[in-house]
Amino acid sequence: MNRSKPISGELLALKNEIEGYAIAAGLDFFPQVFEVCDYDTVNILAAQGGFPSRYPHWKFGMDYDQLSKGYTYGLQKIYEMVINTNPCYAYLLQANNWVDQKIVMAHVYGHNDFFKNNAWFANTNRKMMDVMANHGTKIRRYMERYGYDTVETFIDKVLSLENLLDIDELFETSALKRKRQEQSDKQKAEDEDDGYLIDDRSQALKSFMRTKARNVKKEEAIGPEEEMTAERPEKRTRDVLGYLIQHAPLEEWQADVIGILREEAYYFLPQRITKIMNEGWASYWHSKIMTEKALDSSEIIEFADKHAGVMAMSRQQINPYKVGIELLRDIEYRWDRGMFGKEYNECTDMQEKLRWDKKLGLGREKIFEVRKSHNDISFIDEFLTPEFCNRQQLFTYKYNPRTGRFEIDSKDFDAIKQKLLSQLTNFGQPIIEVEDGNYMNRKELLLSHVHYGVDLDVAFADETLRNLYAIWRRPVNLRTKYEDKEVIFHFDGKEFKPQH
Amino acid sequence: MDHPIKRDHARFRKIIKGKIRDNLRKYVSQGSQIIPKGTDKFTVPMPTIDIPRFKFGDKSQGGMGQGQGQPGEPVDGQQDPNGQPGQGEAGEGEGNKELEVELSLDELARILGEELELPKIEPKGKKSLQSVVDRYTNIGTSGPDSLRHLRRTYKQALKRQIATDSYDPENPSVVPIRRDFRYRSSDSKIEMQNAAVVIYMMDVSGSMGDEQKEIVRTESFWINLWLKSQYKDIEIRYIIHDATAKEVDENTFFRTRESGGTLISSAFNLCKEIIEKDYNPNEWNIYPFHFSDGDNWSADDTKLCLDLLDNVILPASNVFCYGQVESRYGSGQFYKDLSAKYGLDSEQMILSKIKNKEGILDSIKDFLGKGK
Repeated sequence: MNRSKPISGELLALKNEIEGYAIAAGLDFFPQVFEVCDYDTVNILAAQGGFPSRYPHWKFGMDYDQLSKGYTYGLQKIYEMVINTNPCYAYLLQANNWVDQKIVMAHVYGHNDFFKNNAWFANTNRKMMDVMANHGTKIRRYMERYGYDTVETFIDKVLSLENLLDIDELFETSALKRKRQEQSDKQKAEDEDDGYLIDDRSQALKSFMRTKARNVKKEEAIGPEEEMTAERPEKRTRDVLGYLIQHAPLEEWQADVIGILREEAYYFLPQRITKIMNEGWASYWHSKIMTEKALDSSEIIEFADKHAGVMAMSRQQINPYKVGIELLRDIEYRWDRGMFGKEYNECTDMQEKLRWDKKLGLGREKIFEVRKSHNDISFIDEFLTPEFCNRQQLFTYKYNPRTGRFEIDSKDFDAIKQKLLSQLTNFGQPIIEVEDGNYMNRKELLLSHVHYGVDLDVAFADETLRNLYAIWRRPVNLRTKYEDKEVIFHFDGKEFKPQH
Repeated sequence: MDHPIKRDHARFRKIIKGKIRDNLRKYVSQGSQIIPKGTDKFTVPMPTIDIPRFKFGDKSQGGMGQGQGQPGEPVDGQQDPNGQPGQGEAGEGEGNKELEVELSLDELARILGEELELPKIEPKGKKSLQSVVDRYTNIGTSGPDSLRHLRRTYKQALKRQIATDSYDPENPSVVPIRRDFRYRSSDSKIEMQNAAVVIYMMDVSGSMGDEQKEIVRTESFWINLWLKSQYKDIEIRYIIHDATAKEVDENTFFRTRESGGTLISSAFNLCKEIIEKDYNPNEWNIYPFHFSDGDNWSADDTKLCLDLLDNVILPASNVFCYGQVESRYGSGQFYKDLSAKYGLDSEQMILSKIKNKEGILDSIKDFLGKGK
């Protein structure tokens, strides 16, 4: 069932041309594979997070429904999909016109370079195409064995908790240490057999099984009282899914399903925390390559029109493409002219600051460095300047209960930066930690919301706790602040109620 | 074999229609709700299922935007941010925003027709209603520039130049001047067309609650929409009844709540009077709809109803539609009486039971699926 096919002829020649420009510009990327497909296929891919094969679930059908309708009614159109794999796959819409294909290819090389070099992507599995397909096979097998509805219902519950991730897991973690250990073990095994196929259990399931083995040993060694307190995590973890695999009373298939969803969620996490940079970087390069190299003079108007569409500003949300490209250009400009450091910052003469030019020419080098080591938060935190906010006409808005509308609140630099950072904190999701797995000494689960000024949506918290209960199978609690009061929401299987 | 996502898609459609996975029903934000926007424009939010998550309360959060404006100015009322063409990459993060589609009435009717596979209506009778329509079939010497007829303008210029001998065949340049300009202009024409009237009758006795009325309201919206797309001009009359019937305007029709008994014949009587007075069945396509919860005061009255139907209403109408809304108090007897007499496959009498809001679409299909 091949819904997409490799590019050939003119497009292939174009690819080689653009790739040449990308190399000349100093981009460093994985081997790039382009395929073309029709709009229905691109909608399918987009609905499945870029992958041709996923586990069966209605949510992909829902996204597909929206994308297809959006396309039919002319609301939106996807020009391309690019996936973080090695080799890097990108899908082009067959119906794109020539200039579109040029822009898109140049754009894709930017993403590819970013995937390969940005530090937050260092530990993502670049063979995810196969992993996702295997996940699909496994879940289909579970569905055959335990029933479609049973497995799907369980997946629904887990998806409820899918956003409870710990960004630190992307770097040095226990799982990673284990992985290293396993890899060296596997190396030995690989001499005898194909290591990948030998064991298609997810990483998380393996650790689940290890825990079981450990617990058995522990029970022999230490008394039952101590076993009770072992539930409390030494350090509060934000990796709620990981915690559940270790400590919830799960069947093996359930642990595996959680492991699968967790693995996929962590795979997408780096993209969620580098949205502005990633899009900015890709846009920077498509703009650069197009205007300096690839564009034919007859295509300029068309390019300008498309580029402007992508960069369109909105009063309701910031456009990551726009903010990203402008901020990168700003950094390049400032580092070219030496507009940074103690001397520049302490200069009080605005005219002088405006004219400041030490002819350092460090801009290009600097943005390459930035794309390597930053994520959206540190990017904004370090490089957003009052001049930039002013030039970009950024503002914050908030709800005015009196008029019932959202109104512009402030154009002040500190307010904007504060707002932007808080929106980006923890990829825009509330920070939830596992506080205690044996709360009140009753094996209840206690999660705690780290409150930074914004309350949770209580109706959603209620439903989420119900789903969590279905996995934990004992009462579950959530400590948070609501309307300035400390509160613990409690769900015991029947009733959801706040306890003050 | 088709792509597996089609199965996910089919499953999603079944979930939102409430056919499977009832436990997800509460997360469905229904897409059937139509929001009028300006004249003849509607937004149709697409159905989505919100997986519950820990998330921030929306309103307290506010947001960030970019563009002109001073503090205090509202940020909405601008064009939809979805409307811009953008390079979308779903692989890069998520954003499950509810999609809203803006449609005109005509498009909406077309979608309804496609979804329910409704046949086109074959109007009966001859075209009898005269109406004056303006069609741009004429040419005039004055008008707005946007209606300028280039070919005729140049023809005129050419004529003038030949007449004044300023035309040179060796150098055939024709330059129109002001008085050569010709414009498309309209002619009034009389067109004959089919006329249709819908007569809604609703039981507003004590047993019809707000929920039942909401169902009738939604259903009649869709029926009107469809019939309007099939007939150029359509008249709509409203009758409410408990033990007595009266004709009311649209607003009253949906708002009134009476109490007391139910004599369906009172409504049928009034319907008969309206038909006899205003609508000659030879010229009009007549669609009486009656909605009730199926309670009637007595078997005698039901007999009276059947007589009225047989003698006057049915012969005059294209089709008579009876929709029975399920309510806690209604016995549903009237449906049984009608089905006993006319059967379920009658060409003249269409019966439909509407269990709840989800049943509306099926019921519309019952009513309009025969193309009468």
